[in-house]
Amino acid sequence: MDEPLEEVEVGQRAPVIEPGYTFTTVTDKISSIVLTRPTSMGWLVGFGISFLLTMMLLYAIGYLFLRGVGIWGVNIPVGWGFAIVNFVWWIGIGHAGTLISAILLLLRQSWRNSINRFAEAMTLFAVAAAGLFPILHLGRPWLAYWLFPYPNTMNYWPQFRSPLVWDVFAVSTYFTISLVFWFIGLIPDLATLRDRADSRAAQIIYGILAMGWRGSARHWHRYETAYLLLAGLATPLVLSVHTVVSFDFAISIVPGWHTTIFPPYFVAGAIYSGFAMVLMLAIPIRKFYGLEDFITERHLQNSAKVMLATGLIVAYGYAIEAFMGWYSGNTYDQFLFWNRLHGPYHAWYLLLLVCNIVIPQVLWIGKLRSSPFFLFLISLDILIGMWLERFIIVVVSLHRDFLNSSWGMYYPTRWDWMTYFGTIGMFLAAMFLFVRILPMISIFEMRTLLPQAEVKPE
Amino acid sequence: MKRVPIYGLMAEFDTPSDLVTAARRTHEEGYQKVDAYTPFPVEGLAEEIGFTKNGVPLVVLVGGILGGLSGYALQYWVSAISYPVNVGGRPYHSWPAFIVVTFEMTILFAGLAAVFGMLALNGLPMPYHPVFNVPRFAFATKDRFFLIIFSSDPKYGTESTRQFLESLGPRSISEVPS
Repeated sequence: MDEPLEEVEVGQRAPVIEPGYTFTTVTDKISSIVLTRPTSMGWLVGFGISFLLTMMLLYAIGYLFLRGVGIWGVNIPVGWGFAIVNFVWWIGIGHAGTLISAILLLLRQSWRNSINRFAEAMTLFAVAAAGLFPILHLGRPWLAYWLFPYPNTMNYWPQFRSPLVWDVFAVSTYFTISLVFWFIGLIPDLATLRDRADSRAAQIIYGILAMGWRGSARHWHRYETAYLLLAGLATPLVLSVHTVVSFDFAISIVPGWHTTIFPPYFVAGAIYSGFAMVLMLAIPIRKFYGLEDFITERHLQNSAKVMLATGLIVAYGYAIEAFMGWYSGNTYDQFLFWNRLHGPYHAWYLLLLVCNIVIPQVLWIGKLRSSPFFLFLISLDILIGMWLERFIIVVVSLHRDFLNSSWGMYYPTRWDWMTYFGTIGMFLAAMFLFVRILPMISIFEMRTLLPQAEVKPE
Repeated sequence: MKRVPIYGLMAEFDTPSDLVTAARRTHEEGYQKVDAYTPFPVEGLAEEIGFTKNGVPLVVLVGGILGGLSGYALQYWVSAISYPVNVGGRPYHSWPAFIVVTFEMTILFAGLAAVFGMLALNGLPMPYHPVFNVPRFAFATKDRFFLIIFSSDPKYGTESTRQFLESLGPRSISEVPS
């Protein structure tokens, strides 16, 4: 064992942060986007379009309140329709933010430091968009608070054996924890903005939000403990949320829903679509705000690899569904699979397979993984594919169940589409506001990545 | 003119390494009431100024236990006592169905305990603090590293403490009016 080990050839990887930065330049570069950079025409146009879509959402919701869920395409046998498809899609997108901020923190993946902040913001806005759908779908949305256990004059309590009630707890806990996790991550950066802002109004607003943070070593010590513990709590939480969402389906007896593969395959699908959304946001942001030094090729490569891996788990899920359809010997399960391939929605199933399984395989090619333009297109493809997956799960399973006398078709109406695109607008409008008024990259965590941050022994 | 009482003496450093060294020497010199301010968490700095007891984990543990117990107790009370629903003769105390909400409540309470516990132990929000009276302190959230010796320290002396801080080679020294 005396002889020296031979040199191991390691491929040159792009750095997490380009060399040459100091504490000062990192701080200036990120905080100036919020504090001094003038509002660009592109931002105004982008925000304007998203805002109009948000108004369309309000219009669709207003009409829904006036007329009821009959304006949507839902009916018997397909009672869930777009509302649940979109709910699952949005919740899934949110998962990548928590994965990046919590799980990658525990795994000491320091490259996460430059994308965690806006990924967490993405989580919040996506969960907010998701939360709208089940409430609107209630039929009497003004009674949504009945889902929570509170003492009331009706002497009534929620049914805790129902996965739908579990979902209420899972999603509301997820939103709350994501919000506080995001906010305590922001506190030191809000203090930076407070001390850097020129206008009195900005100083006061950021000052109130920073709560008097002064960066004391004692505070940092407790802060880091709390942050790490929150990450440790958010990790099982995020895995549980899509598991509970999948229980909404898996606990039932509907063919195509009643399967044990659902929880892991839902979680993998959630991370799959979430990373696609992270890339779709990160690629334009780094381009328009000149942040290529902070969100480097390494981030794009790593995100693409996560998509490739989770995409394969999703593919495995589809394969197991097909296998179990055959292996169970259950007539209804067999019919379900036949119906996916040959039924009235077969084109959507094939498109789903192409979008989610076939096309993303090009991510094996390293050169394509580092092309922002190409990754943007692949991410769009994955988001469409994951939306189709939820459509197939919800609609195709419901539209032909045990009795052919109760079969039917589901057609979304214009109100379904308006509500769906409206939530995309609301999500984007919130993201536009976020990048304008809060630091979209965590400044203090970027400082820790610099070589100067290391304490040298005397 | 009334003389403003002095809250402490503050020294400014350029690098985290300088600050950690200075903090260690200050502690060795016998100063007890010391604090350090940095723009990002510096590993080992809290230990150098003699801060090792951190109450956050205990708060989170208590929060998590309370959340789990109250979540389970609520479901038991609702499902078995206050509002029992007979579903095909199945037991009212159907504990496997209660696991999900118990788990979520554990996470919720523990997470909120972590956030509010950390803020409370840190004494935040704090609208006023004397260190902000030093104009240079604005750099503490950007790129500079500060060490303060509080005037409440038994070893504190206006001249002796200043001389000691100067011996650490800081970039600047400021008096902090309270």
